[in-house]
Order: sequence, then structure tokens, then C-alpha cells
Amino acid sequence: MSAPAVPPPDGELASPRRLVDVVLRARTFGIIAVLAVLVLVAGLIQSRFVGGGEIRFILSQTSLYALVAVGEAMVILTRNVDLSVGSVVGLSAYVSANMFGTHHGISIVLVFLVGLGVGLACGIVTGAITAVGRVPSLVVTLAMLYIIRGIDTIIVGSGVVLASTEPNSFLNIPQDTLVGIPDLALAVAVVVAIAAYYLNTFRSGRDLYAIGSDPDAARRAGIPIAKRVFTAFVISGALSGVAGVVWAAQYATIESTAANGLELQIIAAVVVGGVAIFGGSGSVVGAALGALLLQTINSALNVIGISSIWTEAISGLLLITAITLDRGIQLRLAAALRKRRVRLGA
Amino acid sequence: MPGVSDQGNPNDRVGEASNSSERQAALRAEQAGGEQPSSVQAPSGRPVLSVRDATKAFGAVHALQGVSIDLYGGEVHGVVGENGAGKSTLVKIFGGVHPPDSGTLVDADGHPLVLTGPASARDAGIAIIFQEPTLFPDISVAENVFIARQPQRRGRRIDHRSMQRQTRALFERLGVPLDPDRVARGLSIAEQQIVEIGKALSFDAKVVVMDEPTAALSATEVARLFGVVASLREDGVAVVFISHRLEEVFAICQRVTVLRDGRRVLSQPVAGLSAGDLVRAMVGRDIAARVHEQHAPGAAVLRVAELSRAGIFENISFDVHAGEVVALAGLVGAGRSEVARAAFGIDDYDSGSVHVGERRLAKGVPIDAMRAGVAMVPEDRRQQGLVMDMSIEDNIALASLRALTRHGLLVSSVERKFATDWAARLQVKYSAITNAATSLSGGNQQKVVLAKWLSREPAVIIVDEPTRGIDIATKAEVHRLLVELSRNGVAVLMISSELPEVLAVADRILVMREGRLVAELSHEEASEEKIMAAATGQAHLPAPVAAGPA
Repeated sequence: MSAPAVPPPDGELASPRRLVDVVLRARTFGIIAVLAVLVLVAGLIQSRFVGGGEIRFILSQTSLYALVAVGEAMVILTRNVDLSVGSVVGLSAYVSANMFGTHHGISIVLVFLVGLGVGLACGIVTGAITAVGRVPSLVVTLAMLYIIRGIDTIIVGSGVVLASTEPNSFLNIPQDTLVGIPDLALAVAVVVAIAAYYLNTFRSGRDLYAIGSDPDAARRAGIPIAKRVFTAFVISGALSGVAGVVWAAQYATIESTAANGLELQIIAAVVVGGVAIFGGSGSVVGAALGALLLQTINSALNVIGISSIWTEAISGLLLITAITLDRGIQLRLAAALRKRRVRLGA
Repeated sequence: MPGVSDQGNPNDRVGEASNSSERQAALRAEQAGGEQPSSVQAPSGRPVLSVRDATKAFGAVHALQGVSIDLYGGEVHGVVGENGAGKSTLVKIFGGVHPPDSGTLVDADGHPLVLTGPASARDAGIAIIFQEPTLFPDISVAENVFIARQPQRRGRRIDHRSMQRQTRALFERLGVPLDPDRVARGLSIAEQQIVEIGKALSFDAKVVVMDEPTAALSATEVARLFGVVASLREDGVAVVFISHRLEEVFAICQRVTVLRDGRRVLSQPVAGLSAGDLVRAMVGRDIAARVHEQHAPGAAVLRVAELSRAGIFENISFDVHAGEVVALAGLVGAGRSEVARAAFGIDDYDSGSVHVGERRLAKGVPIDAMRAGVAMVPEDRRQQGLVMDMSIEDNIALASLRALTRHGLLVSSVERKFATDWAARLQVKYSAITNAATSLSGGNQQKVVLAKWLSREPAVIIVDEPTRGIDIATKAEVHRLLVELSRNGVAVLMISSELPEVLAVADRILVMREGRLVAELSHEEASEEKIMAAATGQAHLPAPVAAGPA
């Protein structure tokens, strides 16, 4: 019996070589390019901006945001969102800073562990409700935003942690440097590097991308979705907890409103950094760069002498620009690929 | 892209096929001591997988009734049948998506095999290649192949290099140059299928089920897929090849099973069968009583001229007259719904025109079609026809809200009366008109959709698969309703995959095949055989088909 099989015609599968990859990579390059232009322009207008002091200040300020953004990015990659990070930072900032007043001479490392613990606890609760209870994360974390803030308010009452109760070694952390680079920035860079390595190198890390890319297909592929999403929320909570301690060191005076509204700035940083808001693509390096970009804009506007009133509006504008641009590129790309296929197929 | 390309004469394919043996020999050499089928001839020995007496019903619909099929390693087994014959259900049983109500799967050792889900089917060595695979768009091709099973090195870290190398080797084995590093987004459907087949090979699948894999492929892509199927066969894999295109079955299958209305009507080696044999086996059933009666249609109301959309449909021209039911027949994927959607303005088209009366409809603007008096009842009533969580009343009134307002406000008593009237006219059976549409049976849901559009008193109504999944009694009511509408001067365009329905209701039948109109039949000259022959492309071929096995 003849079984006519046709040898595949060679060559015509040659796709536009990694056109999509190029575009994706261009997103990260885009942020760096915008950063460079920004620094250059601001530096030309006000040379103080490119001085070591200002750059150190920006890096130190960025550290906190980048830390939270890494966790948030991991959650967003799975097509979820964590709106509770601001409240977690606030609660952790108060609880940890308060330790200095209640336990004299407590070690700074222990205080960081307390902050981590607060964050872990919040992350476990949020993650469990979202992943195990299968409730949309938007709703769960919105509720957690208010619940954690509420707990914070109950604990703090009208009280406040004053700088006088905190040791100088703690309050100096944001200023400490190693070979001219803020310690905080170095530490956060290490965290970013570890997170990036994890996401690239371990099955559980790659699973986060698969889940965000197509949840149904992920289920069919046998990926334990609930477990992975839970883990992402726990990591986000833990990093927010640590960030809370950093917040305490940076601002010294902690009230119950600390880090109010931080979550939106974080999400903005993550999205500007090229993490797709519906998950599946992006990187924690991008998210950290997004945080750096937003912080740099803040500082640049400040240094140039534009009123801080404008900063938020400009940040928002940037966010819309980033998303619109991204969407435009995607649509163009899809159209280009469709045309190409028609040409080939016909 | 899909459909439009000329599948051409199967003889071409046979001609090209001759020098494939060399390549296959090379592939065989590459195979490290794999089990080879004893011969290409009808295999001796045990089947690698069998279905025994599988029965599956969905509600009142018997999708499969006592179907048995044996799959042998190194053999391509074609499964053909009309739409709704049970092919997809069979695929779902193989894939562990639906367990059969009764009957069993039996593995190579004769043990019964119980599949609890897609993962367990995979573990049993069964891979399903869907017509439109779902890859993860954002991650690389290599990772799509190995997702959740990535090769690891020390410390459980993913060995990216090994993953890439293995993927490259898989694609080389399949004879397809695909870059393992590129992301899956933007791959053509053909390429996505190749990735899925690569995945199947990577877990040593013994059975590969392909569900209409060629429906969306161009001729060159089909040729490449056939090359891949041949190399799977050489590796001793049992391939199930589901297709509408008979010439493809003759080109690559060694054995064929015909399903009709959920039953197996034929299962034997392809050798010695003709295309005519298969067509007869596919359609030979009782023809429903015709509702039809003779009458003279009025003027052309809907005029579609030279409508084309690259890769979807080409040069489609037809008129629908007042007082006439025109059926658009053809196989799933022939482009019928796409033409209707373009005519109604849901989808864009590249060239051509659509007129209602003297008025030319704006391209891509459904509101314009609605204003011109066109109504469209879509194929998927749950997704597109109804707002399932809204009440029956609100659903019926939804398309007529403007007419129901007084001074710009919606008056609920007016809406209630309107909805109740129309529900009564269409004999919708409901307990309370304020209940959600989800509370209705499929047939009554369809009537609600019809009521919604009929209440606008359209001049043209387009219905897409109006009786899919509804019971026989309601089906007949819908048929009567459509005929009645046309007799009242409405131009009706009906898309239907059910031939008895087409024959019962339509005054004129247009048959589409792969994006083109290939036949126009009057009610009198139409028969199931003629429609199927045109829809499967047999009408233009010298019979018997030359591609039959030697």
C-alpha cells in the first residue's frame, strides 16, 4: 500500500527571526533609553542632578520601591494583582520601628526579621484566600488593603513612633554606602538578581509565566496553579514586610498612614517596567527599572524646579503613555504577523 | 492561510510523494532501536489502543453509540463523518476530557484504561493535537514543548541548553525548521501544531490523535504536516487522523472509520474504497420530512457581491430574495459564518460590497446593517446571542429598547407587555418571564434569541446554526417559524451544518468549500449526496479518486 507522504518544503517556515523577541527586549531597552535622556536633560538644566549626592539619593529612594515591585511583579506575572502591599509596608513599618521603644537594645537584624514576619503573615492570608479559595485577587487584596490598614490603625491609635526612640545605626541605614553605592541599593540589587535567576531557572518560576500566559493551558499541562499563585503572594508579602522596615529607617517618624497609596505607585512601576498587566510576560529586572524610572522622574522634576504638585500627574501620564505604546506595538505586531501568514499560505 | 488556498488535485500530492522513502529511511536510522511496525501493510498483532463499545450522551443527544475502534502502531487511521457525527466526542474520550458513559478504552496489553483527565491521557501515551492548539503565547517554543517537564541539572535548575538541544532534535526528526528560542506568539496554526506534535514526541506518545488538523492549513502546510505524519508512522506511532477532506484520507490513511449519528457505519482498510463509498456511508440516513412547499420569491433584498477577505473567503456573490430561505451549507471551517459576519458588519472584509435593497452597508458597522433592517442570530447563543444572567424579558427587549422608551426612559410595564407578547408568539416555555435566561432549555433559549431579533421586524434575517443542540420538537418549530417568516416576505439566510435541516427548509442552497462558493442547488435538485460531494470537493474530481492506495 502506498502511503504518499510529501517531504516538507524547506525554508518557508523561516519566521521573521524572533521579531517578537526583539520587540520584547526593546521594552527594557526603552526604559533605559528614557532614563538616559531624562538624566541628560535634567543634568543639562541643573548640573547638580548628575552629581554623586543626587544619584545616591535616587538609588536609596528607589530601593524600597524596587523591593516591593519585585514581589508585585511576580504576582502580576500570574495574572493576579496585589493591592495590599502599601498597607503591609505601613503595618510592618510601625510594628518593627515600635520594637526599638518596647525592647531596648534590640538588634537591627531581629527588627528586620520582625518586619519579614509581619509581611509573611499578611502574604499567607492573602495567598490562601486567593489561591485556595479561588476568589479574584483584585477583590481579596482590595479587602486586605483595608483590613491590614485597619489593624494598623487599631494598633497605632493616635500614637506615633518617634525618631528619638530609634537608634542612629538604624536611621543611618539609608545613608550607608559601600564604595560610594548605597548599601540598600546593593542589597535590593541582590534580591532582584536572585528573583530573576529563580524565575528563569526553576520550573516553579517558569510556571508563573505559564499561568499568566494561559491559565487553562497551564492547568492542562499539570501545573499546580494554586500552589504557585500562593507562593507568589507570600513572596510579595514578605518583600513588602522587609520594605516596611526600610520605610521606618527612611522616614523615622511612623504614623498609621505610613505608605498609604503606595500600591498604585508600585503597580505603575511594574507596568512601566514592561510587565504585562494581564501576566505572562515581563521581568523583575524591568519592574525594578520601572521603579528607578519613576523615582528619577520625581527627582528630576524636583531638581529642575518644577513643583511637586506636578509629579503625580506626570507619573500618570507616563503610565498611560507606556501602556498605550505597548498596546500599539502589540497590535501592529499581530497585524504584521497575520499579513505575513496570508502571504505565505496563499 | 486557511481555507482559501487551492487544495488542488490529490494527484499532485501523490506525485510529490515518491521520493519520501529516502528521508524516511534516514529517520529510521536515527531512531535508536525503536520498535518498528512489522510492515506497512495492515498490521498484525495487537492494537496499541482500542475503544470498545463506547457510548456517550449529552442530555438527550447521543453523541456516540457503541463505537469500537482499534488503533495499530505504525498506522494512520482516518475518522470521517458529517458535522455532529461524533468525531469530536471520540477525540475527547481519547483525551480523557469526557469519560465514556459505557464502554472502555483498552491498552496494548489488553488492560482496561481509565483516563481521569488530560494529564492521565498524557501519562498513558496519548497525545491530542487540536485544530487550533493552545500554546503559551509568551514563552519560548522550547519551553512550550517541555513546560512543567523541563530537563533539569544539578540543584533542580532548568537546563536551558539541553532543553533547546532536545527541542531542536525533535524538530529535526519531524523535518521542520522551527527556532526553539522564539516565543510562541505569532506562530501560524500550522507551526503551533508542529510544536504540539513535538511535545507529543517528547513524552514518547504511542497514540497521536489529530482533530481536523488541516482545516486551517494552506496546501503547502498540509504537505508538510503529511511529511510529519509519515515520520510518526515510521516511528511506530498510531495516528488518528480526523478530517473532512476525503482526498486527504486517501492520501495518508491506511484504515478509515466512518461515523454517522454517533454510530460506526464502516471501519476497514482504505484500499479498495472509493470516495463515493465514503460519501454514501457518511450521509446514508433517513431524511426528515420536508416542510417545503413551492412558491415564488420576490425581489432581491440582500445582495452580496464579490466579497473577499484574504485567507478567509474569496469572491462570494449571492442574493437573497424577499420570501425566500437561502441556506449556506458546507463543512465547519468552510467560511460560512465568516461570510455572514462580514455581511452583517461584525467582521471586516477586503473587497466587495453588501447591499440591502438599494442601500450599501458600511463595512464593519453592525449598527448600519441593523438600521437597514438586517438581524443576525449568531451561532453561539450562550456567548453571543443572550446575556445569560439577564431575565428573559430583558433579553427579548434588548434589541428594541429605543422603541420601548417614553420620553427617553424605559417603561417597565411597556417592556413587560412587549416581551410577553413576543414570548407567546414564539411559544417560549418559561416559568416566569423575570427568570434568568439560564433557566431555559437550549431550544427555548434559541427562541428567545429569535424573539429578540424578530421583534425588530427585520427585512433580512441571518441565522447561524439555528437548531444546534436543541431537541427535535423545538427544531421542527424553529423550521416552521423560518419558513413562515419567509412567506411573510422576509429574506432568510440560514447557515446550517445539518443537511436534513437544509433540505427541509431552504428554497435554494449555496455550498461553500474552503472559502469559496462551489455550488448552487435549487430545492428540487438538492440531495444530501450532492451537497456533501460539493462540500468535500468530490464534485470536481474524476471519480473514483486517483489517490487511493495502490
